[in-house]
This record gives sequence, C-alpha cells and structure tokens, in this order.
Amino acid sequence: MKLILKNGFVYDPINGINGERMDICIQDGKIVEDVENGRIIDCSGKLIMPGGVEIHSHIAGGKVNTGRIMRPEDHIKNVFPKTGVTRAANGYSTPSTFLTGYLYSKLGYTCAFTAAMPPLMARHTHEELHDIPMLDKGALTLMGNNWFVMRYLKRGDVELAAAFAAWLLRAAKGYAIKVVNPGGGEAWGWGRDVRSLDDPVPHFDITPREIISGLVKVNEMLSLPHSIHLHANNLGRVGNYVTTLETMELADGAKPARERQTVQLTHVQFHSYGGDSWRTFASEAESIAKAVNSKDNVIVDIGQVVFGDTTTMTADGPMEYYLSSLTGLKWSNRNIELETSPGVTPFIYSKHSPVSSVQWAVGLELALHIKDPFNVLLTTDHPNGAPFFKYPTIIAWLMSAKYREETMKEVHRAAQRNTTLATIDREYDFYEIATVTRAGQAKSLGLSEKGHLGPGADADVAVYDINPEEVDPGRDYRLIEEKFARTSYTIKSGEVLVKDGEIVRVVNGRTLYVDAQVDESLERELMRDLDYYFKRFYSVNLANYPVQEVYLTNPTPIKVETGVR
Amino acid sequence: MEVTLITGRTVAQGEEMEKGKIGEGFKRACAVVELDPEDMSKLGVHEGDEVRVETGVGEVVVVAKRSRDAPHPGVAFMPMGPWANAVVGEGTASTGMPPFKGIKAKLSPAKGERVLSAEELVARVYGRE
Amino acid sequence: MRYTDVICSFCGTLCDDIEVVVEDNRIVDVKHACRIGTAKFLSSNELEHRLLKPMVRKNGKLVETSLDEALDRAAGILKSAIKPLLYGWSSTSCEAQSAGIELAEELGGVIDATVTVCHGPSVLAVHDAGYPGCTLGEVKNRADLVIYWGSNPMHGHPRHLSRYSIFPRGYFRERGQSDRELVVVDVRKTDTAKIANRFIKVNYGEDYELISALRKVVNGGELREESVAGVPRKEIIELAEKMMNCQFGVLFFGMGLTQSYGRHRNIDNAICLVRDLNVHTKFVMQPMRGHYNVVGFSEVLGWQAGFPYAVDFGRGFAWYNPGETTANDVLQRGECDAALVIASDPVSHFPRKSVEHLAKIPLVAIDIHPTPTTQIADVVIPSAIAGIEVEGTAYRMDSVPLRLRKIKEPPEGVLSDEEIMRRLLARVRGAESGVQELEVRAR
Repeated sequence: MKLILKNGFVYDPINGINGERMDICIQDGKIVEDVENGRIIDCSGKLIMPGGVEIHSHIAGGKVNTGRIMRPEDHIKNVFPKTGVTRAANGYSTPSTFLTGYLYSKLGYTCAFTAAMPPLMARHTHEELHDIPMLDKGALTLMGNNWFVMRYLKRGDVELAAAFAAWLLRAAKGYAIKVVNPGGGEAWGWGRDVRSLDDPVPHFDITPREIISGLVKVNEMLSLPHSIHLHANNLGRVGNYVTTLETMELADGAKPARERQTVQLTHVQFHSYGGDSWRTFASEAESIAKAVNSKDNVIVDIGQVVFGDTTTMTADGPMEYYLSSLTGLKWSNRNIELETSPGVTPFIYSKHSPVSSVQWAVGLELALHIKDPFNVLLTTDHPNGAPFFKYPTIIAWLMSAKYREETMKEVHRAAQRNTTLATIDREYDFYEIATVTRAGQAKSLGLSEKGHLGPGADADVAVYDINPEEVDPGRDYRLIEEKFARTSYTIKSGEVLVKDGEIVRVVNGRTLYVDAQVDESLERELMRDLDYYFKRFYSVNLANYPVQEVYLTNPTPIKVETGVR
Repeated sequence: MEVTLITGRTVAQGEEMEKGKIGEGFKRACAVVELDPEDMSKLGVHEGDEVRVETGVGEVVVVAKRSRDAPHPGVAFMPMGPWANAVVGEGTASTGMPPFKGIKAKLSPAKGERVLSAEELVARVYGRE
Repeated sequence: MRYTDVICSFCGTLCDDIEVVVEDNRIVDVKHACRIGTAKFLSSNELEHRLLKPMVRKNGKLVETSLDEALDRAAGILKSAIKPLLYGWSSTSCEAQSAGIELAEELGGVIDATVTVCHGPSVLAVHDAGYPGCTLGEVKNRADLVIYWGSNPMHGHPRHLSRYSIFPRGYFRERGQSDRELVVVDVRKTDTAKIANRFIKVNYGEDYELISALRKVVNGGELREESVAGVPRKEIIELAEKMMNCQFGVLFFGMGLTQSYGRHRNIDNAICLVRDLNVHTKFVMQPMRGHYNVVGFSEVLGWQAGFPYAVDFGRGFAWYNPGETTANDVLQRGECDAALVIASDPVSHFPRKSVEHLAKIPLVAIDIHPTPTTQIADVVIPSAIAGIEVEGTAYRMDSVPLRLRKIKEPPEGVLSDEEIMRRLLARVRGAESGVQELEVRAR
C-alpha cells in the first residue's frame, strides 16, 4: 500500500519539524522519502502528527476487568451497537476492549501501553490486549513488590535481580519494569502500608528506597528500552510531595544506558500535594516542576484529572482501600501472591469539591511549569484521573489560558487559592502538544520507529481537521477540543483505519515485548532458585507460568543484549 | 412429612457426571434423598427404601439414604441432577437464580415403586426420547 | 508418554500439578488428581460413553448424520430464531467462549453461562459492594484463619484444602495445618465440617442474620440476643473475635449462601463483613467456583461486552439485567424460540419449568458425552475435551489464568468447541452476506 499525505501542516518534534507544509510518503507500512504512484490523500489545511503513543493507561488485565464487572452502571451509559465494521461496544471509564481500540484510534493514537501487569496474571492481560484492535501495544510489568526482587536486592545480588527481571519480562511478555508503591504492596498482604522511603517492608527487611535504587540499577544494567516506570509511595496522600522529591533523588543512582531518563515518575499529579490535612490540602506542583527542570534523569507523566465519574484502579492496594474508606463506595481488591496487590474503587471528581478542584489544577500546573515538554507527558492515568478520551479537553486547556480561566470560574475556589494555576499564562503550541502526546512517549519508551515521521518510522499518522494558520487555539478552544476528538484520518502501518471520525477498518496491531538475555550460568542459578520457590510458595507450577506467544497478536520481541553476568 | 429440601453437589455426583450422565451409576449417585435418621424413623423408611418427594411443581420417587451429616431434623438433601430438579420450584425472584435450596417438600414412603432412570425421567416429564 | 504439570479441567480449583501417562492415545495413569479429576481424565478413554457422531432429529428420533449436515441444521435453527438462547460455556475454553460471544452478538441472541445458577448472586453482590479477594497462593502463604461458609470442598473441590487453604505449608505458615485454624459454617455437619477446628451450625435460611450479628460485634456493638440463627451468643462473639484477631483471614463461600434464602443479599452482607474486618486486620474472601472455567466466561464476556453473564444482544449492543436476561427467566417466560447448549446439561440442572420450555423449542446441544440435554436436542454435535484433547485457556476460581494442555488426540472427526463455534459463525455469516447480495442485486 502506497500513500501520499499531501500538503498538510506537519508537527514532528523528534525531527524538528514545526508546522512545515509538506508531503508524508508511505510505503509497506513505513514512512519513506518518496513514493511513486501512491494514493494521494489531500491534507491541505489540515494538521499532521505522528500517531499518538499512550505510555500509561489501564486498558487491559485483571483489575480493569474487575472494574468492568464491579460496575455494570459504567457499561449501560456509553453504548455503541455493532456495525458492519465494528463489534458491539460499551463502557465509559472501563470501556470494553473493542471500544478501547476504537476510541484511541479516533483520537489519532496508534500505540498504547497498559500500565500495570502482574506477571502471574499476565496471560489475562495479553488475552485482553489480544482483543484490543487498532493499536500496537505492550505491558508495563510489575516488579516493585516481587519477593524475588526484594530478596536478591536485599542480599546485594543486583546481577541475579537483573537476571530475574529479564526472565520475568520474557515470561510475562512484558515491555518494561513497573514499580508501584514499592514495599507497600507487600505490606498490604498484612493490611499495612509503607509511608516513607525508609519504612521497612514487613518480614523482608528492605526499604522502598533500596527497592527503587536497586531496580534503577537493574534497569540500566539490562539496558532496557524504557527506564523504570515508577508509581511512588504515598499516592494521593496529603503532603506527599516530600516523598516525591526524595524519590526523584534516587534517579541518579545509575547512569542511563540509553538516551533517556532513568526514572519516569508516573501520574505525578497524584504525588504533588502539600498541606497537612484535607482542609489545608494544597498544590506543590511548582516544587515538583522545579525539581524536574533541574534534573537530567527524571521525567514525569501528569495523570491529569478531568471532572466526572470514573473508576480508580491501581496495583497500590492500600491506597485503594484508603480511598474507598474515604468515599464509602464499593471496593475490590486482589492480593497476588509474591507479586503485588491491586485494588479498584469508583470515584467522582466534583467541581464542588475543594480537593478535586486542586487536583485538577495541579496536573495543569505541572504541564505548564515544567519547561521542556519532553519531560512532562500527557496522561490521565486512565481511568484514574479521567478516561483517556478526555485528552482533547486537556489539550484545549493546555493551549488556552482563557479556557482554563473559564473552568476556574466553575470549580471550587480552592483551586484559585491553593494552586498557582491562575497565575500562569503559558499556552502550548501544536509542536508542544505533539511532544507531550507522542514524541515524548516514544522517546521515553525507546521506540525509535514511533512518535516521529522520519523515513524508516512506522507509518502511524494522525491527521486532524485543524488549519494552524486559521485557528487560534487560545480563543478557539472549543474547536480544538472537538477536532482532537476525531481525526480526519488515522493511519496505522500505512492503512487508513479512521476517516472523518469514523472507523473504516479494524486491524490487530503488534504486541511488543522485551527479550533480554543474560549469561547462561547466571540464568541457571536463577532457575534453581525459581524452581525451589515455585514448588513451595506459588500456587501454580513454574512450567505453567510463562505466557505462550500464541496469546499475542503479531508478537514482536525487542531483542536486548545485556551482557549481564 | 414436611421438610425443607436442599439440593447441591456431592463428590459421587461429580464423579458420575464426568463419566457420562446416562447409566446406573448416575442414578445411584443422584436419585437419592439424604435424611436425618430421626426423620427416617418418623417417616417409617429404612436406608434403600423408595421415597416420594412432592413439591408445588411436581413429584419424583428416589431412594432414601441415611445422612452422614446429621443431625439436621427437618432438612432433607438431594444431589443436583434431573431427579432433584423435577421438584425444584419456579421463578427466580428477579435474581436469575432458581430456588435450589430451601424448598418446602412433602415426603412419603413409596416402598417398591420404581425409581426412573435419567432417560426415563426425561422422556416422561418432557416428552422427548 | 508421561506428561507433567497437566491442568485438570474439572473444577474451579484448576490443579496444575497432574501427571498423566498416555499410551496409544489412551490415558493409562493419572497421578495427584482427586477422584473426580481422575474420573474425568480416564473417561476420555471410554469411547462407548462419548458422543462420537453428530446427530439430528428426524421423525422424532435422533439419527446419526454428517458433521456438515449437523452444522447446517444448527446454523439454520439459530439464524431463523428471533431470540436464541446460547447457554453453558463454563466447561470449555475461553477461546470457545470468545467465539460463542461473537456468535451471540451476530445472532442478536441471549448468552448466559452456569454462573447464572451458581455464583450469579455473588456477582450481583459485587455490583453492590465490590470484592476484596486474593489469589490462592496468598492464602497458602499467609492465612492463619480459614472459614468455609455454605461450602463443602471435600465434595465439590476435593484438593482445595490440600493445595491452598489448610494443609499446605506456606512461607509464613511453615508448619502447615498446625499454623492455621479451620472454621466451617453450614446447615449440616458436612465432611469438611468434620475436620474443622470449629463447626458452627446455622439454621437453614438464616445466614444473613448470623452475618449481621458478626458485623455487629466486629463494629463494636453489643449483641443482646441469646442466640442468632441457632448459634449461641457466646459462639458468635468468639468467632467475631477470632476473625478480628487473626493475621490473615479468608472466607470461602459457596452455594449454601448463594442459592439459599437471601441469595445475593447474603453475599452483599458477607462482603461488608470482610470490609469491616479490614479495619482490624487483613481479611479476604473467595467464592468457591464450581466449573473449571466459569470464571473465564465472566472475564471474557466482561472485557468484550462489559458484563459478567446474562447478556442480551437483541438490541445490537449488550443489554444486561439479571432477573430478566438470565437463562432461567428467559426460559420460564417462554421468551427464547431456539437454544444452543454447550458443555452443560441444563435438562439435569435447571428446574422443571425451565426445561419444559427447552423441550418445546429447537435445541442444539454440543457436548463430549450424552446427557439428558443431548437426549432432548434436535441437533447434537460431539466435541473434544478441552484440557485433554485440545488446548485453551481457563481461569481458576481466583482468576489466575492457565493454559490447558493437549495430551491426546480427540476421537476421529470430533472438533473442539472453538472450532464448532467458528464454523457455526461462518455459516450464520455466510448466509447473511448472501442476503445482502440479493438486496443489492434487486436494487
């Protein structure tokens, strides 16, 4: 299939292209310099970006489905009957797998990573990813409360920890190391939590600080494409910015093995709170942004809040319990042996609530105070801050001080009083939007063929019906919101999937996972230990644990030579 | 005699189910009613005697068995299967779940009456062979 | 050939440590499995007890036929129905379930699984209150208090106690059974109750009251009644204190709660009890799921259609309303005009009134061996045994997904459930696109 996207305004930050009018040529699923006899799509007066890359979104796996099953009310209110092209689909904060694919595609996204996969449940995650069409996909793999990781790091055996991490990524068909409330997940096995970087994990005699530092080292020893992806301790707690700042210091524990950060601090909006009680709850986004601006090795994604009803879900079990005890709403939990402890509870972000209003402002403050957009990626931590299909609204807020001002009038005055948002007049341009929605994600994930439109890149392209010469986003924010919600064209691997906001073709994308190999004798040592532990403490046999490739759509291993021995 | 009838799974029922549901073993495992020993003497039946179980929806003849889980006077147990379900009540009280447990039933001795096989029961009750 | 780490596809315990020896495509030895599991593995040999040939009803009698004719007849029945019911699903793979959901959507039918007659009420309670649970390895490693309520695993899940809950040694329970306490609450002194440290006999139909009494004590209230639900006050207070003072408690519950008076309200109250207990200590719960992949059905339907069971696709999208769209209600209202039953035997396990309607409508039955349901069907299609003759995915009761193995060949000409579903789907679709072509030509 050959295509020429003719004469659009192209925003491609990785290649430094900022709104130039040019043609994008596509052949055999890749961007090429030039193509003969390609089908021409006229993009004049339209805006072209690389396909969106989602770096952190709970779209597949056990806790997402727990959310679906717990909340039938979420699936009655957002309903799409089957068509000649698409399956019946439904769901609002926890859309069905089919709807997840369709909605991302309509937004111009072509790739998405699910945020937290427990290895024991990895087969489930992949079964759901299998049923998410339209996207290339991968899974961040939970390791921050893993018994093997904690044991090996405690005894200072970083090599064995690295061998384990590599094995686990292969076994779970995972893409990167995810750390969630390190130590807190294990403590939750006893109904407890850890509340600082130096709280010891019960029975394991290790601290969150040691787990994080150890995994940073492991990640760089293995030279994995992505850095560790860290959900810090104390999520959502009043005054937690202190922990967050301390956690950032740990990023310097190892030199980055690739051109990227060593720590991506995720949904940092939930970690930027000051005050000493819910009454004095206030933003510390500026302190966090200052730290990010001054550091080389840390980037963040926002975890922006948008007002409305959603379902919160995280591998941070104690936090979900705490949240549900504040709201009194229904609560699900599943401690997963030797690994993690996810929880799920619904939540309503209300404009009348001082806390919700401050949370809304904190996310935007972070995006606006952090100078380099490559260091602050746009997420809602779907569905925790809001469903991912609210991105257009957030884009409009980032591009329009006026829109923020309008919203500020509707929300609780705490947002005005306890945050700096009202004082910021920075407005993002399209180049920066392209950075925080695709280029930055691709760079952070080490995806060299995504997030840009240079020759050799995957032919994943989003065309929006916006003429940057005519539209003033600061004023026309409603138009921005509307146009970013439905592309004129979404093209993935050179195929047109969406045209004028409607799905025209359904495809299965690739599943990316990391295949990192370590020295054989180290691997043998590891397997002896795994064998011993599985027999005694897991409830499944070691032979039944690894996920077979048959579960993956178009399995795409990313080979990594680690040299770990 | 009036009892509260409970239906449910047993290991023998499970085993026979996996072997295939047509045959003597299945009938031996499931065409029974487990009774409290005191209830048995009140009813005048012994282990192995036939008993008629009647409810609002129908009746079925099964074999009496002394319960190993006694005492539970006034409560009778039948393994899940076509015999039990021939007398399970109607409706689901809008929950989707039929009343498999806690059915008001009347027991009476039926010594010497034939206990139908699963095939016979299905053919007789539902008119298909 | 010796196979290790084989997964037993009988109950929700989904034991994955079975050893099976196969010679000349016959299973000659089964190690580690329970009585029922062993029976299941060995029964695959007994071809005289299997369905081997497709059958269709002609002149009132089932007669053998070709697979193609059986599939054509089945597709014809389903396609001409206004509201077909597709029921069963819990004893087959997720792959078959997935294809079945697609078929139901294509047909605009109702799809429901045995969830509807086992833990359907638990699901309704989860809608109300959520579900604080864990994987079974957590119980093995941590639990010092294990309660089975209205559940008799010695019969329903024979290895549950030895693999996960009472007998095994765990990381924090090195001495196994002597580090734990087993409490059973039931209306009868079941075989599980007989080995318990403590048996609490509750009056039939009064579980809700007993749970409420426990909650009262746990939440600091004073219990004034002499006894509740037949249980003396002293015993209730002791049990409540035991629950509050353990390090890691687990409540396993079964049909004794879901099928008896109160149904989903019992479970709702039990969930609230567990939630109350989490103020004091760590406590979790786990429904004792029966069929080996009943959980898988809810998971697959959950991620594909948003709901865990009882979905009506008649509107072109998923509509869910238990009590309306559940199989027994659809049948007892006489609403469905055809049915497909797969890997299940509702004629044995549904109440008479439901079966009476099933006997009146055209019925397609897919199973591995003859059952009362295949006996009354109009089309019977034999299928291969998932976990023995075909691979596939199944979800353990605690939602841990495992890959079922194939250890021998199915009988000649016998297809997997998934393949049967795919072929039915192709037939149903093929005819539909034929209709569209005709319309185009007419225009």
